[in-house]
Amino acid sequence: MSLIQPRLAGNSAPIHALLRDAESVILGKRGQIRLAIGCLLAQGHLLIEDLPGVGKTTLAHLLAKLFGLQFQRIQFTSDLLPADITGASIYDRESGSFHFHPGPVFCQLVLADEVNRATPKTQSALLEAMEERQVTVEGETRVLPEPFFVVATQNPGSQIGTFPLPESQLDRFLMRIQLGYPDRAAEHDLLRGRDRRRMLNDIQPAMDVAQLLRLQAEVEKVHVADPVVDYVQALMEFTRSSDQFHTGLSPRAGLALLRAARAWALLEDRDAVIPEDIQAVFVPVACHRLHPAGGTPGSHDPVQAAQVLEQVAVP
Amino acid sequence: MSSGPIQSMLPHRVLLALLVTLGAVTAPHVLHLPPWMTPLIIVCAAWRYQAGSRGWRLPNRWVLLLLTLVTAGGVVMHYGTFLGRDAGVAMLSLMLGLKLLEMRTRRDTQVVLYLGYFLVVTQFLYSQSLLIAGWMLVTVWALTALLITVNRRTTPSGWFPHSRLAATMVAQALPLMIILFILFPRVPGPLWGMPDDDARGVTGLGDSMTMGEISQLSQSAEVAFRVEFDGPPPAPPQRYWRGPVLPAYDGRSWRQPDDRGAFRPPLEPLGGEIGYSVTLEPHNRSWIFTLDMPVQISTQVTVGSEYQVERRNPVRERIRYDARSALNYRLDPELRDVDPAPYLHVPENRHPRTRELVRDWRGRSDNDDELIERALQHFRDQPFVYTLHPPRLQDDNVDEFLFNTRRGFCEHFAGAFAAMMRIAGIPSRVVTGYQGGEINPTGNYMIVRQSDAHAWVEIWQEDAGWRRVDPTAWVAPERIELGLDGAVPESDQLPAMARRTQSWTRQLALRWDAVNAYWDRWVLAYGPGLQQRLMDSLGLGQWQRMLSALAVAMLVCTGLLALLILWRQPARRPDPAQRAWERFCRRMETTGLPRRPQEGPRDYARRVATARPDLEQDVEGITSHYIALRYGREPHESELQSLHQRVGRFRPRRA
Repeated sequence: MSLIQPRLAGNSAPIHALLRDAESVILGKRGQIRLAIGCLLAQGHLLIEDLPGVGKTTLAHLLAKLFGLQFQRIQFTSDLLPADITGASIYDRESGSFHFHPGPVFCQLVLADEVNRATPKTQSALLEAMEERQVTVEGETRVLPEPFFVVATQNPGSQIGTFPLPESQLDRFLMRIQLGYPDRAAEHDLLRGRDRRRMLNDIQPAMDVAQLLRLQAEVEKVHVADPVVDYVQALMEFTRSSDQFHTGLSPRAGLALLRAARAWALLEDRDAVIPEDIQAVFVPVACHRLHPAGGTPGSHDPVQAAQVLEQVAVP
Repeated sequence: MSSGPIQSMLPHRVLLALLVTLGAVTAPHVLHLPPWMTPLIIVCAAWRYQAGSRGWRLPNRWVLLLLTLVTAGGVVMHYGTFLGRDAGVAMLSLMLGLKLLEMRTRRDTQVVLYLGYFLVVTQFLYSQSLLIAGWMLVTVWALTALLITVNRRTTPSGWFPHSRLAATMVAQALPLMIILFILFPRVPGPLWGMPDDDARGVTGLGDSMTMGEISQLSQSAEVAFRVEFDGPPPAPPQRYWRGPVLPAYDGRSWRQPDDRGAFRPPLEPLGGEIGYSVTLEPHNRSWIFTLDMPVQISTQVTVGSEYQVERRNPVRERIRYDARSALNYRLDPELRDVDPAPYLHVPENRHPRTRELVRDWRGRSDNDDELIERALQHFRDQPFVYTLHPPRLQDDNVDEFLFNTRRGFCEHFAGAFAAMMRIAGIPSRVVTGYQGGEINPTGNYMIVRQSDAHAWVEIWQEDAGWRRVDPTAWVAPERIELGLDGAVPESDQLPAMARRTQSWTRQLALRWDAVNAYWDRWVLAYGPGLQQRLMDSLGLGQWQRMLSALAVAMLVCTGLLALLILWRQPARRPDPAQRAWERFCRRMETTGLPRRPQEGPRDYARRVATARPDLEQDVEGITSHYIALRYGREPHESELQSLHQRVGRFRPRRA
C-alpha cells in the first residue's frame, strides 16, 4: 500500500520508454541519464564535465532526440564571438535594410561543446541567455524558444588553453555531472555494438514538446514537506560551518536542491520528495557550488561533497 | 600574500567594525600611552584597512620584525622598563597595533580580538569609574559580536552582525560576574601594586606649606572626599576638616616635624558630637581627614602629638571610614609632656618689620587675648585682599605680605598669623585641611573638593589648650560661610564645579556625582574588609566555605541559565509519525541492524530487506507508511493510527 500518489499518471509509459531507449544507447550510465533527464524536467541547465570520448556529446544529442527537440550544436573555440551565438543583423542589399539572422542559440536544446575553450566574453553571452531565457541583440530583446535547455560540456579545467567558468556562472547550471569510463561489461557491449551515431539516427522521440512542458509543470507540483526542508537546511548549515569548505551553500543552491529533488521524485513516480531524493541529487547540484578549503580555486571534489551526506543526520 | 584571501576572510564592513571597536578599546588609554604610540597605532589600523579595501600589501615578516624591535625599544626607552602598569599597557597596545599588520588569517583575527579583551581589562588598572565600567561593557559586547562573526563562516549581513547574540551572551554572563564579584576571595591591597605608578598625578595637600601652594590646589574641582552625616551636617563655620598639622617653621615654609611624638595629647570633648562616614579618594599620603576634633574612628589609625590622624599606609585606593567628632573640645590644656619651644621657634633674622609691629602691640596690650585681638583686627582694618592670585613673594615673605602686597590666600594669612603669634610668645602651629563642603541634594551627602583646601592656625593658651584661630575668617568671612566662590573676586579663575551657581550643568554634574558616590559606596568600596564582614554575617567566614559557596552558586547559575535556554527553545513537538518511526528503529536496533543517522528511510528499508529477507514485508510496509505520513501531503488521522498499530505489532526476532 503506497499512500504517496503516483504522479506520472498518463505520462508513466513515455517516461519509461524514454529511460529504456536512452539506456540502450549509452550503456552503464543509468544514474547519469536519469540525472540529465531530471535536470531537463526541472527546467535547469546541465554541465557535463569529463574527458573527451566518454559520450558527452552523444548524451546531449540523445536527449534532444528522445524529447523531440530542435537541436543545435555550438563548438566553442577561442575565436568564437558572442554574435556567433546570439546572431546578428546583416544588411540586405535587395530590401535595403538590416535583417536579423538568429544565431544557434535560438533553439530548444543547445549543446555548447567544450564551453571552457571560448573567451569569458563569449561564455557570458551564452550564460546570460541561459539565465534570462532571452537574448538582446542591438537593443532588441528576442525571446528564446520554449523549452530552452542548454547542455554544456567541458574538459577538466586543468587543460592548457581553457578559460574555466567563474564560480558565479557555474551557479547557473542546475547540475554538473561526470560520465566517467563505463564499467567493464558495458564497455564490452559498447565495443561490440553498432556505431552510436547511427543508433541515434534511428531513435524515435518518446514524447512531444507538449508532453514535456506538461511534465515540467508536474515537477513544480511535487510536494515538499517541512522535514525535507529541514534536511536541506541542515545540509546547507553543515557546509557553512564545516572547515572542509571555503564557502557554504547559498540559499540559491538550496532552492536548486529542492527543484532537482522534485524532478527526481517525479522520475521515481512519487508526488512527494523524500530525503533520498535530496541525497540522489545532492552531489550533482551542490558539488560545483562548493569550494573545498585549501583546494585551488575552481576545484570541486565530488567525493568531498558526498561526504557531507555522511555527516548530516536525516531529521 | 595577495589581497584576495584577506578580503574574503574579512569582508569590508566587518574589518571596519573591527578597527572601530579596537579604537574604542584603546581610546581610554591614549592619555597614558607614549605620545608617539597613538599615531603609530592609527597608521597600522589605516594600513590594514587599505589592505582590506584597496588591496594594499601588508609588510613582510622582516619589516614587521624590525618595526616590532624598534617600537618595543621605544617603549623601554620611554619607561625605562618593560614591567609595571604603564609600560605593560603600552606594550599590549603596541602589539595590538602591530598585529593588525599581520592579520591575514582567521586565527590572526582571533588573536587580535583576544588581545582586545586583555586591553579592556587593563583599563581597570587606571580607573574604576562607572563610566569606564560601562564603556568596557560596551567594548566587550562589540568584541564578542566580532568574535562570533569571525568564527562563523557564513557571510555576515548588516553593519554589526551577531550583535544581538553577543548581547545575549554578555547578559547571560552578568549573573556569573556578580557571583564572582561577591564571592571570589579578595586580596588586601591592590592586586597589581605598583606604587611608582600610583604616585603620579594625584592632587591633594602636601606635608609642607609655602605661600602659594594651596591657592594652586584650589584651582582643582576634583573631589577630595565625600561625607555622609548621621544627623544634620554641622554649620559652615564648623566644617574644619583636619589634615596635616605643620608645626615646624624655618622662616619660609611650614612643615611636619622630622620626629613626631607618638603620644596622644589629652582631648576633653565638650559636647556637640557628630557622627559621619567619609569616602576618601586616594591621595597617596597616609593622613585621613576628620572634623575637628575626632573622638572615634572606625579604621586603624594613629593619632600623633599634633592630633593628626594617620593610617599606617598611604591611601592608594578609595577608602571609607566612620568617625565621630566633638565640635567643642579642649585639647591638651596643660601642655605637660611637650616642650613648647618648637611651637615658638622663628629663625632669628627673619621678619624684622613684623617683629617691630608685634613688639608695638605687645607694649599696648595687657594680656595675650588683647594682643591676639589686635592682630586679627589688623587683618580686618588694613586693606588686605583675599584672592586666588596673590603676587609672588620674594625674600622675607611674611614682611612683604604684611606690609607691601597685602594680597593673599588662606596660607598667607595663616602663615603670617602663626609667625606673629610665635613672635609674641604664644605657641602656634599651622593646620591644613579642608574647610567647608557642599551638600549634594541628590543623595544628601557632602562633597569636599580640592578647591575647599584651607589652612588655619592653632594657638595654645593656658586652660584653653590648643584653640583654632582662622585669620582668613577675619579677612574674608564669606570664605567660611559661603565657600571659596563667595570669597574670591569674580575675575579670579575658578573651575566650574567650585562655583556654587545654580546652572543646569552644575545640577546635572551633582546628580552624576551622586550616582558615582553610590557606585563607589556599593561597588568599589566592596574590598577585603567589607567582604569579610558580609561573609561573616552569612556564616561563610572561612575562605574554604567561601570557595564552596562560590562553586555552588556558579553551578546553580549556569544550571538555571541552561534550563532557561532549554525552556525558551521553540518547543517543536516531534511529529507523531516520527515517534512511531523512532520506536520502529529502536526495535530494529535489537536485531543488530540499526539505522544510521544519515540514512533515509527508504534506503534503510532496502538495506534491511537485503540483510533480513524475512522482515522485508513488515519493514517495507511500515516504511512506506511512514514516508507517506511524514513526507506526503496532509495525512489522515486514521492512517497515523494504523502506523502506530503496525509498529506496535512489529516484533522482529534476532537474526
